[in-house]
Amino acid sequence: MGNVVVDVMLKSEILDPQGQAVAFALPRLGFHQFTDVRQGKRFVLTVEGEVTDEVLAAAREAAETMLSNPVIEDVVSVRAQSRTGHLNGVEPQA
Amino acid sequence: MRVGVVTFPGSLDDHDAQRAVRLAGGEPVALWHGDDSLRDVDAVVLPGGFSYGDYLRAGAIARFAPVMSALVPAAKGGLPVLGICNGFQILCESHLLPGAMIQNDHRTFICRDQRLRVENAATAWTSGFEQGAEITVVLKNQDGQYVADRRTLHQLEGEGRVVFRYVVEEGGRNPNGSYRDIAGITNERGNVVGLMPHPEHAVEEGYGPSLDGLTFFRSVLSSVVNA
Repeated sequence: MGNVVVDVMLKSEILDPQGQAVAFALPRLGFHQFTDVRQGKRFVLTVEGEVTDEVLAAAREAAETMLSNPVIEDVVSVRAQSRTGHLNGVEPQA
Repeated sequence: MRVGVVTFPGSLDDHDAQRAVRLAGGEPVALWHGDDSLRDVDAVVLPGGFSYGDYLRAGAIARFAPVMSALVPAAKGGLPVLGICNGFQILCESHLLPGAMIQNDHRTFICRDQRLRVENAATAWTSGFEQGAEITVVLKNQDGQYVADRRTLHQLEGEGRVVFRYVVEEGGRNPNGSYRDIAGITNERGNVVGLMPHPEHAVEEGYGPSLDGLTFFRSVLSSVVNA
């Protein structure tokens, strides 16, 4: 069993109301050092067997067509996750 | 005149839309998200609500429903389609309309009577209005902030494809942070219209702020007759 981890973030020029809500709340807990918060999404896609190049390519396609909306979001990374939980960096295609 | 209204899991205003079609003189036809047939309707309404719980992004999962595989090519072929609220979000996710909808800038759900200015009275759904007319319908949404890149906004403005704008008082702000106060847009051909506010809640005396919503449904009925 293998996992592919897909990270998606709102584009930097798009307002992030959720991140702002978090940013406004942090100082109430004494965290004054963070000037901004952006909140993203992580998807963990599980396959039977190893994460092959084909699996990664399919995950990349799913990330571009469904998991993100290119009008407002960027696919930040699509990576294989080994059994130990270590993430192998594989950058998404531009 | 048969006007289909699609029900997705989580649609809320499908029956109101059917009722609006009936009050305008049309025959409403219930369409199911899991069917890949449009049942020979003359126009389609994608109603408001929270299809698939708004999971992933509003409208993102509805876009892949079987009924959409029939609707998208039909819309590209000229079938009149009106997306209201969640329906507008679905049209954007389906790339039938440009841009996207994100959470309201003030982060709260909004529900109020809203004044709109009709900026394009030449679409299939707005031909019964006067250009520049002001109308009042209900606005109720969480993810109502219309966004698009500058090139898309420029194109929409240049081609007259902004159909409705929120009427904003001098120095005021529009209700959800939408770019350029945009409340509704259309495609190049003018057959596909999406808007955030709810015309189907303004069709009967004693319910809702006006009868302005009826004009949407009467417009499409006459556009289909004249087609």
